[in-house]
Amino acid sequence: MKKDIILAGVGGQGILSIATVIGEAALQEGLYLKQAEVHGMSQRGGDVQSNLRLSSEPIMSDLIPKGGADLIISLEPMEALRYVEYLKPDGWIVTSCVPFLNIPNYPELEQVLARVRAYEHHVLLDVEALAKGAGAPTQAANMVLLGAAIPMLGIEHDKMIAGVARVFARKGEAVVETNIKAVEAGFNSSVKCKV
Amino acid sequence: MKHLLLGDEAIAQGAIDAGLSGVYAYPGTPSTEITEYIQLVESRKSKDRPTDSKPIHCRWATNEKTAMEAALGMSYMGKRALVCMKHVGMNVCADAFMNAAITGVNGGLIVLAADDPSMHSSQNEQDSRFYAKFAIIPCLEPSNQQEAYDMMAYGYELSEQLKTPVLMRVTTRMAHSRAVVNTTDTPRAQNEMSMPQDANHFILLPAFAKRNYAELVAAQPLFVAHSEQDGHNAYTRGARPEKAILTTGIAYNYLMENYDPSMGCSILRVTQYPLPEALIAQMVKDGAKEVLVIEEGQPVVEELIRGMVPSSVAVKGRLTGNLPRMGELTPDSVRKAIGLEALPVNEKETIVVGRPPALCQGCGHRDMYAALNEVAREYPNPRIFGDIGCYTLGALSPFHAIHACVEMGASVTMAKGAADAGQHPAIAVIGDSTFTHSGMTGLLDCVNANANVVVLISDNLTTGMTGGQDSAGTGRLEQICCGIGVAPEHVRVVVPLPKNMEEIKQVLREEIDYNGTSVVIARRECIQTLKRHLKAAKRS
Repeated sequence: MKKDIILAGVGGQGILSIATVIGEAALQEGLYLKQAEVHGMSQRGGDVQSNLRLSSEPIMSDLIPKGGADLIISLEPMEALRYVEYLKPDGWIVTSCVPFLNIPNYPELEQVLARVRAYEHHVLLDVEALAKGAGAPTQAANMVLLGAAIPMLGIEHDKMIAGVARVFARKGEAVVETNIKAVEAGFNSSVKCKV
Repeated sequence: MKHLLLGDEAIAQGAIDAGLSGVYAYPGTPSTEITEYIQLVESRKSKDRPTDSKPIHCRWATNEKTAMEAALGMSYMGKRALVCMKHVGMNVCADAFMNAAITGVNGGLIVLAADDPSMHSSQNEQDSRFYAKFAIIPCLEPSNQQEAYDMMAYGYELSEQLKTPVLMRVTTRMAHSRAVVNTTDTPRAQNEMSMPQDANHFILLPAFAKRNYAELVAAQPLFVAHSEQDGHNAYTRGARPEKAILTTGIAYNYLMENYDPSMGCSILRVTQYPLPEALIAQMVKDGAKEVLVIEEGQPVVEELIRGMVPSSVAVKGRLTGNLPRMGELTPDSVRKAIGLEALPVNEKETIVVGRPPALCQGCGHRDMYAALNEVAREYPNPRIFGDIGCYTLGALSPFHAIHACVEMGASVTMAKGAADAGQHPAIAVIGDSTFTHSGMTGLLDCVNANANVVVLISDNLTTGMTGGQDSAGTGRLEQICCGIGVAPEHVRVVVPLPKNMEEIKQVLREEIDYNGTSVVIARRECIQTLKRHLKAAKRS
């Protein structure tokens, strides 16, 4: 098993929480893992990404080569497109369709979404609406996105849910439940998209 | 035990398990998390479980020089010390660092420099291995998180055995990448306090310094022998040994990501310096006609080995265009350098535009710049000298407020030099933490010359850019400025909020028009630390 994942978003959106849950589940599976993160200046509202590599064999490079990623998981549609060079030609893009508007020259949203749809393997979701629909706060949008990516992760659904439970256990039963609901909402929508 | 650790955290845990007594550091990307991790471990130790293990000193230092000196003092007393900094911090502590090579150590001393090739969060990409070469001391360059952990214990043993500081050099990708690390179940106890056997070793009068330096020079073959024999550097003869590859540190990972064993190259993997001369000689003896040097950072080894191999051996790397001359390595650039085809890729999406970092919404620096820009416009040719911190982002849209940013503290003294040259208004913008790091001495120069400058300290009560660490002068900036000799009536304090705009502008005007040195402190807590503090208060 080998999955190379690029997590993308804008500094402060919470891509590292997604990585933490996947990492937790991967460790329980006994997989090797490498996760390169961005710290420092870019975290102030700039574009951020994290290279997450999972494998049953030892992993060498901390960075994913261009054309090597199986999956881009992005909390922002234009940020998903920023890394398509790294995606395998048949790789998946799983992204939120909600733009993060903190720059004056953000392109026409419909054109951005059209470019995402141009990739055969894509899941485009309003993760904030799905979070609300599941009775979770919008901050749980990243967990909806995580749920949407589960079918492509190579780690079983139930094991991912268990990972969510362990990561949030410290914050209490209610927080765990809310986050699991968010993940399930994403998962269910994604499964529909994939079909 | 197995843990998922950042490279920085692996280094910290490695130091703790090797019997560390004190870590000394000033925050700087990508090194900050080392000290933060030790602080976290210490805070849990005192809170959760009373333990018989001795505390580890882990308070932030005012700058890298004070950190290096305090660590040398800890080492003088026989205990193990760690100094951590980003690469440019090496410049700040260079005086102490270079001379620590001459004094030697008593307790083990590791200097950790985290380089930032590609300048993700820095103003240059200097390579700290030059400093090890400059000081002629051993240097370790681990290639992964596990090795970083293991090399801390090794580095302390080496330091104490050879009586020398050891430099450990890592880069951003190691520092900020997580991997599973196996840690020991039996950490080593801290050293007991002990005086140096020969205290004269630490008195660098010329007579003693000459003796020490001669000893250091005489020890070089021993340092090389350790590089050759301790097992960190590894040479493997290939089936086609005319082609050889020398990698250092994490460059090895990029090679192995792409390497096909059928290529049959000889491979020399270096993670310890000085360079293992015997292994390089063996590589040549085995028939190497070409050596490709793959190293993260500047072409340090590529230059060095030109003097170690016969001129008939072609040395290739960053200087010959086989790898990019600047910037960090990638699996892609290394793939190309070893002659493999690139993987098929999707075309770049031209619709994507840049998203540069920006000051947070609600940040006090924003209000400070809004006022400063309005006042500056009232003068024909204002010059505003910036400094290192979040507020450097004032150079970008929408503020375009600063005209220079060079290194820690330069705002104050560059403004002074400009004023000396006849510039008015000459304004320095500097954060509170950067001011105590390296701005205070410059302010004394201003006061002594009664330079016509305004030093605007944008005080957010923290070291913001690196994530909100303690700032050395919090609560005492007015006292510090008055103590340095700024007239108390020209040390003004304002609160950077939109509602205070007129007042701030008036204060700035008055101090710009005052012919002498003045300080304006714009003080409001960092919005990020404020959020954290409010959250913590809610919890308790």
